[in-house]
Amino acid sequence: MTDTPPCPVMSVPRREAHQKVTGRAHYSSDILLPGQLYAGILRSPHARARVRQVDDCAVRKVAGVRDVITPGDDPGFYWYGEQVPTLGEELRFVGDEIAALTADSEEAATDGLRAFAVDYEVLEPVVGLDDAARDGAPLVYPDKPGNLAAKPRIYSRGDIKAGFAAAEVVVAGTWTTQTALHNALEPHGCNAWWDGELLNLWVSTQSIFTVRDNVASKLGLPLNRVRVHAQHIGGGFGAKQVDWKPTVIAAILARRSNRPVKLMLDREAENLAAGNRNATRQQLRLGATRDGRLCAIAATIDIDGGAYTLGGENSMVAGCYQQLYDCDNVYTEQRQYYSNTGPAVAFRAPGYVEGTAALEQAMDDLARELELDPFALRERNYSSRDQMRDKVYSSPEALRRCYSAARQDFDWPVRSQPATPRKCRGIGMAASVWPAGSRNPPAYATVIVQTDGSVSVLSGTQDIGTGTRTVLAQVAAQALDLPVDQVEVVIGDTATELYAPPSAGSATLATLGPAVHAAALEVRQQVLTLAAQELKAELQLLRLENGTVAGTAESPAVPLRELAGAAPPGSLRANSAIQSKPGAVATCTFAVQCAEVEVDLDTAEITLLRLTCAPDCGAVVNRLLADSQVIGGVTQGLGFALTEARLVDDATGLVLNANLEDYLVPTAADVPPINHAVVNLPDVSENPLGIKGLGEPPMIATAPAIANAVRDALGVRLRDLPLTRRRLLEALKQSGTGR
Amino acid sequence: MEIIEAQSGYTSFTLQVNGQRYALNVEPRRTLLDALRIDCGLTGAKKVCEMGNCGACTVLLDGAAVYSCLVLAVECEQRQLTTIESGATGNTVGALQRVFIEHDALQCGYCTPGQIMSLAALFDRDPSPSEASITEAVAGNLCRCGAYRHILQAAQSLAAAGANAAGSEDD
Ligand code: FES
Ligand code: FES
Repeated sequence: MTDTPPCPVMSVPRREAHQKVTGRAHYSSDILLPGQLYAGILRSPHARARVRQVDDCAVRKVAGVRDVITPGDDPGFYWYGEQVPTLGEELRFVGDEIAALTADSEEAATDGLRAFAVDYEVLEPVVGLDDAARDGAPLVYPDKPGNLAAKPRIYSRGDIKAGFAAAEVVVAGTWTTQTALHNALEPHGCNAWWDGELLNLWVSTQSIFTVRDNVASKLGLPLNRVRVHAQHIGGGFGAKQVDWKPTVIAAILARRSNRPVKLMLDREAENLAAGNRNATRQQLRLGATRDGRLCAIAATIDIDGGAYTLGGENSMVAGCYQQLYDCDNVYTEQRQYYSNTGPAVAFRAPGYVEGTAALEQAMDDLARELELDPFALRERNYSSRDQMRDKVYSSPEALRRCYSAARQDFDWPVRSQPATPRKCRGIGMAASVWPAGSRNPPAYATVIVQTDGSVSVLSGTQDIGTGTRTVLAQVAAQALDLPVDQVEVVIGDTATELYAPPSAGSATLATLGPAVHAAALEVRQQVLTLAAQELKAELQLLRLENGTVAGTAESPAVPLRELAGAAPPGSLRANSAIQSKPGAVATCTFAVQCAEVEVDLDTAEITLLRLTCAPDCGAVVNRLLADSQVIGGVTQGLGFALTEARLVDDATGLVLNANLEDYLVPTAADVPPINHAVVNLPDVSENPLGIKGLGEPPMIATAPAIANAVRDALGVRLRDLPLTRRRLLEALKQSGTGR
Repeated sequence: MEIIEAQSGYTSFTLQVNGQRYALNVEPRRTLLDALRIDCGLTGAKKVCEMGNCGACTVLLDGAAVYSCLVLAVECEQRQLTTIESGATGNTVGALQRVFIEHDALQCGYCTPGQIMSLAALFDRDPSPSEASITEAVAGNLCRCGAYRHILQAAQSLAAAGANAAGSEDD
């Protein structure tokens, strides 16, 4: 097969942008089916309680209510590692599911939910890490002593004692990160419709195949009788990778009623029960020599896992400690606790955002202690190996390129002057690593040249907003040398049976792109073979260029359209699969960020002045879309740094801000200019396209870069995120700088 | 016109949306957002918070941007409603749609109709708004994908075009 060069960087507009800007893109929440019923879920108002009785008599009398299911209608399968029924009597967080109903309208469903009379035995909840770990704390699960979700996860390399003994400088501290909520604008939800024995689900999900497989296994259906559709998805950020209870509840209610059922979470339920980023407490010690060589890194990490454990949530808070810097002596210990709060689930770079927040602030402290430029300290501890996996990085120079791109773009260490003496300005930087690449294969794709020469790409992936359709179209168009608008990409339907992994781990394009590429190359070969026959020309002399087979001197040029028309329908097609391969190298992506802030000494207001992010994603396929991902990730990161936190009442476990009024995500007024300093470094050891993926890296280093800039501006270090004004004011008062 | 018999507790009226009439028979508590999405089949406006916090449900009511989750459908009888679906006709909404595509001012696209409608109200009043008034116009429209920088750039490019057009008229 001919080798084509990696895709050139282009700025192709998003393929589905037209549908999205005209309101015609159909999301799960927009599906309206004839005769549809609306479902609602009754949720626990208590953080920990036992249901003595559910009285639904009044509910059934509400006009428009059609059906009710309560813990008594237990469907007989379990969640979260076999422990928990779908509708439970043992309630473990505010928002836990108790009962569900269907009604003719949403209004009637709301009336119905209000009419439940539930008798609760309210129990003392476990709220937060301190509470979970204290002696005599109530147990979230009676068989989990100390509320520990699992055995502590310990990692160690070298000799940590000897490392600290060799250290001439030690920086230590305890850092905390908060529980953060995804708040994808489209809530979790599902439309379920039984077409005879075939269950159709329109789900807002990051993984249509995960939903299909898990729903089928729970309901005891053959896989080919569950069809999951997801044309457009209103964001996910990690929370929509698993099959949540509402999907299954909608399917059950639809079967019982024999009508389509829509079950969308409202914002409160979304914020209570659809996952979050774990809160952490990290006790961290860094030891270094006077000239700035790290000789020991030790961290003890406590994690608030909430009431239930879901996939991918927190396993790798220690990852950055183990991977980012060259250090022979590393010891990390992670302990995950249960508490009576909503479940933790993967959230954009899970674990790495939390760990890097602490590590990169500690590195900043170390640089100050050593009177070293923070870039210089990092370059002194540069690692071209992944010491955690004991393999060389697939692009060992990538992080170095990120450092220089960020430095140059930001014009480090140049800073501007504050307008008044009661304002201070500061600059900060931070680096990050993320295990990316072609994760979670296999991935399948089909490329078809239709009889009119147009091209279809099929795969069972989905687009959560990253631009999957567009970049896959580019990959196919490039391999076939066609204008990109001649390629249609069909995704979001399990009925294609072209399995694709979850849209997660920044891995979609890196995993699926090579499959599309290989299939398209094979189709190109089929086209050329056909042309050779038709033109009676030698195959090697023919080329497919810009939608035309350019021939030799004797044979005329033939448009693809004509050639394809001469072939039997469906004959110009190829399937391709990407399977997992043994990795001789460690594939990671890196990013470096810089921030400049201004802080008002009297009000503690932090104004972001500018941000630069230099991420390594291997080859950049679409500059316009890459910019969007970078500014989007940084924007989420600045929310995590400054304003976002789920607030829970210590005594009762009630969530105080399960809405978008009091849970503060950034607005247009909060974002400064965000520069994407492009590092376009194709990583062909990973795949022929050199792609590694870009979703997560831009978020990881944002919070520590901002925190370091605030430290630079004020001379005080806050060790707790987010950097709220109250915390800053207290710190300023203590340091004598503030009022 | 179709004659609708009101069910008890329901009320019948018509809505004027994008120059078309829609006959409704709904409970008085039905929000404009639900009426548009369910009764008119116009699902461009999105339901996100239902509390006036996010702006995803923004439509124009007599030319002014409103959160349709906070307005009752019955209140809108005899008034002009404009939604994202009006954009095909080359008006302000259409011009904004074009610059949104050019600047990739969206990712998942869920907030996009609301962003465009908030800006449409501004641009209808002032074809060359300042940067500050653009930011103010969309400050109530949350975008969790963080497309703000591109949204602001898209709107600024339209404002610059508006300013040029105004300048050439003066010549
Ligand atoms: S849904 Fe109306 S403002 Fe959020
Ligand atoms: S584009 Fe996804 S919420 Fe704005």
